[in-house]
Amino acid sequence: MAENSHTSSTATSPKPDVLIIGAGWAGSIMAKELTEAGLSVTMLERGKDHSTAIEGTYPKSIDELRGAVRKRLFQKLAHSSLTIRNKPDQVALPYRQLAAFLPGEGVGGAGLHWSGCHFRATEDDLRLRSNTIERYGKTFIPEDMHLQDYGVTYQELEPFFDKAEKIFGTSGQAYTVNGRIVGQGNVFAPDRSDHFPLPAMEDTYSASLFRKAAAKVGYNPYSIPAANASQPYTNPYGCQMGPCNFCGYCSGYACYLYSKASPNVNILPALRQNPRFKLITQANVLEILLDGDRKKATGVRYVNTQTLTEHTLTADLVILTAFQLHNVHLLLTSGIGQPYNPADQSGTVGRNFFYQTITSSRVWLPKNTFSNQFVGAGGAGVAIDDFNQPGFDRGPAGFIGGSPLWVNQAGVKPITAAIGAGGKGKARWGHTYKTEMIEQYQHSLGIEAHGSNMSYRDVYLDLDPTWRNAYGQPMLRMTFTWKDNDIRMNQYVVNKLQDIANEMGATRTQLNSLQYGQAFDSRIYQTTHLGGGAVMGDSPTTSVVNRYLQSWDVSNLFVIGSSAFPQGMGYNPTGLVAALAYWSAHHIRTSYLANPGPMVQA
Amino acid sequence: MTSSQHTHTPKAALSRRRFMEGAATLGGTLWGNTSHTHAETEAHSPQQPLNAQTAPNIHDLPSSYKPQFFNDEEYLFLEHACERIFPQDSHGPGACALGVPRFIDLQMNTPYGRGELWYLKGPFINGPAELGYQLPYSPQDLYRRTITPINTHCLMTHDALFVELSSAQQDDILSSLENGQLHFNDIPGNIFFEQLRTNTLEGAFADPAYGGNYDMNGWQMMGFPGARADFMDWINQNGASYPLGPVSMPPSSQAELNEGD
Repeated sequence: MAENSHTSSTATSPKPDVLIIGAGWAGSIMAKELTEAGLSVTMLERGKDHSTAIEGTYPKSIDELRGAVRKRLFQKLAHSSLTIRNKPDQVALPYRQLAAFLPGEGVGGAGLHWSGCHFRATEDDLRLRSNTIERYGKTFIPEDMHLQDYGVTYQELEPFFDKAEKIFGTSGQAYTVNGRIVGQGNVFAPDRSDHFPLPAMEDTYSASLFRKAAAKVGYNPYSIPAANASQPYTNPYGCQMGPCNFCGYCSGYACYLYSKASPNVNILPALRQNPRFKLITQANVLEILLDGDRKKATGVRYVNTQTLTEHTLTADLVILTAFQLHNVHLLLTSGIGQPYNPADQSGTVGRNFFYQTITSSRVWLPKNTFSNQFVGAGGAGVAIDDFNQPGFDRGPAGFIGGSPLWVNQAGVKPITAAIGAGGKGKARWGHTYKTEMIEQYQHSLGIEAHGSNMSYRDVYLDLDPTWRNAYGQPMLRMTFTWKDNDIRMNQYVVNKLQDIANEMGATRTQLNSLQYGQAFDSRIYQTTHLGGGAVMGDSPTTSVVNRYLQSWDVSNLFVIGSSAFPQGMGYNPTGLVAALAYWSAHHIRTSYLANPGPMVQA
Repeated sequence: MTSSQHTHTPKAALSRRRFMEGAATLGGTLWGNTSHTHAETEAHSPQQPLNAQTAPNIHDLPSSYKPQFFNDEEYLFLEHACERIFPQDSHGPGACALGVPRFIDLQMNTPYGRGELWYLKGPFINGPAELGYQLPYSPQDLYRRTITPINTHCLMTHDALFVELSSAQQDDILSSLENGQLHFNDIPGNIFFEQLRTNTLEGAFADPAYGGNYDMNGWQMMGFPGARADFMDWINQNGASYPLGPVSMPPSSQAELNEGD
């Protein structure tokens, strides 16, 4: 149950060793690791507590209107939103209705309502600037692109990718383990130290068609690694998962079967039993407090969102693990680091903000064939990495980045299907619409190009001059639009779909790609894979945190999340977020605690 | 009240009484011979809160529903407009028989209807469409500020209320809203149309507990099995059609469903 144990006075509350801001994946991992290290940890979460026993109760948990449509598990925009513009010379306007992206709110964060696609990053993703220059030369990088290395290698992160998969109960098929081919996994995936803890999820009918067709065209299909349990599983923390039954209620819902990994299912049941752990919900942190020299964090100031009273907590170590946007926002409102200024490219906070370049295409099957799109699992599906893998020659194609192509039938519900049907020259209402919409629901399937998105000089986050949240703070301002490099990449990979669709027996195909000059449209769902703005790297002039995710400016502050990624990749971010959290926690435990202070000299 | 295409003319002075006379005599148009009681009753207080006493039984035929938020003129418009968006045809029932107007009426007295799920703080500035909704209005406001002006527009241009127009004429009005040629008060037609279309489709396919999707007929039409949520044996059946019909959530109090989270 909710632990709304708000301290009315800090004097009566023993000072914890560690304060963690945000109870999603990163916060829960850090809390687990640091309590294991013997530290007392208080985790603050601005939303309500969430548990499977309550939010996941069947059948109310699978109510589409309440779930994905009214968005009960998502950020409450009425209290706090952000403003959006496409270009720096525009007035940014508030994001008033959740649409393009859906940050979470409450315990579990976006980790409660995610789908479960659980990827590792590749060496190429982590070392994209160096690899690009070595292969294509520096002039291949567009002048306005802020391409950077992460400052950490795949080899260094491998044990932490492995650990995250074992905690999440991830289902997948390896290709190589310790250099030996072990199965029919992704031939382009980097080598692994161990198998996935669970076998790959089964293919839905649509995914099986894609697998056969892609192989026939000459590509290399593989099962998407899914943090949906293909079998019963008990993770190293003793947390149990039940087998996924492909009910189709992952993204936007709390899984009623304990099958989709979430902080609520996979970490918090163990954490909540630890007397050194304390969770304070409905505590919206307003500021990370600093000492007089502004070199050390002393604690946080938060508002109890129910009583609207303010409180201060102090600690020796502060870990910022809110959603990507909120990590950047809290750094800015706390005055930590120098805000990025695109005019002279000074400052780092808010720099290298990026998104994910996704378009969804559609294949229609004969009318005697039913795609049963309501069947599905959020992380399950079949993908190809032929245009995402490091060896694919981008030279002739003329872009940096790449994109997997996949059928990830996550369970399509009728309200969403009906609202999304029509358009692009097709009727959106009336008799023709109704006929075509029902046919589309019963006999078609979606194929996504889930591509990378790079970072650019004039794409960034800062504070809005006009709009304020419910607590009087300036809202975050997002300046974002699509750029030619990423549009070129998207068009290139989407064009590869026609051959696969033909091989699948398509009676009709609708290929959807971004068009040059097309502005980012905040009204249309894209994905919640936002990143950057507080990036990791080798230099304080181009990054906010060092390779251990420690603030360059405030050494007892760590900032963890996809905010640390310097640019996007073709994969979903959560696997890398979790690995970076375990990586950072490992170095805090083995190095920082014995010798607090900067772990990398600037 | 303004319209992008038509200025105020003497015709616009047609009285509200004319509206309600029209509304009262038109009750039942979409319902054939089924009884249609709400149009014969007094207009309801528009802000009447939903409570246990007034919560409808969603097993009752939608045609017997008395609106709690909308007045009779508005509700009649809703019945006709929703039916044009999602019409009855050989696939199955349209919006009215599915209870879509009832669904929308019930949604108005929820946190969603009151705009509590949206960020609605000023200042309000118009901008490029891509930057999203920028009006100060809740769903309640969008309906309340638009339906009567649409009827006035219909009176000015066709000397008839929306509900009295032919289907083709109704479609023309809806198209002019959809493409933004019409706007009423300061609400662009396309904003109102998208609100109406979205709520119509929600009402066709949300769990019947919310007052639409009557008897799960929307799900039946789509081939969606509702709350079954267990497809262990149906992950891949080589394109065969799913054999079981839908199930819905067990009866639950309307107030509880709509209280928000």
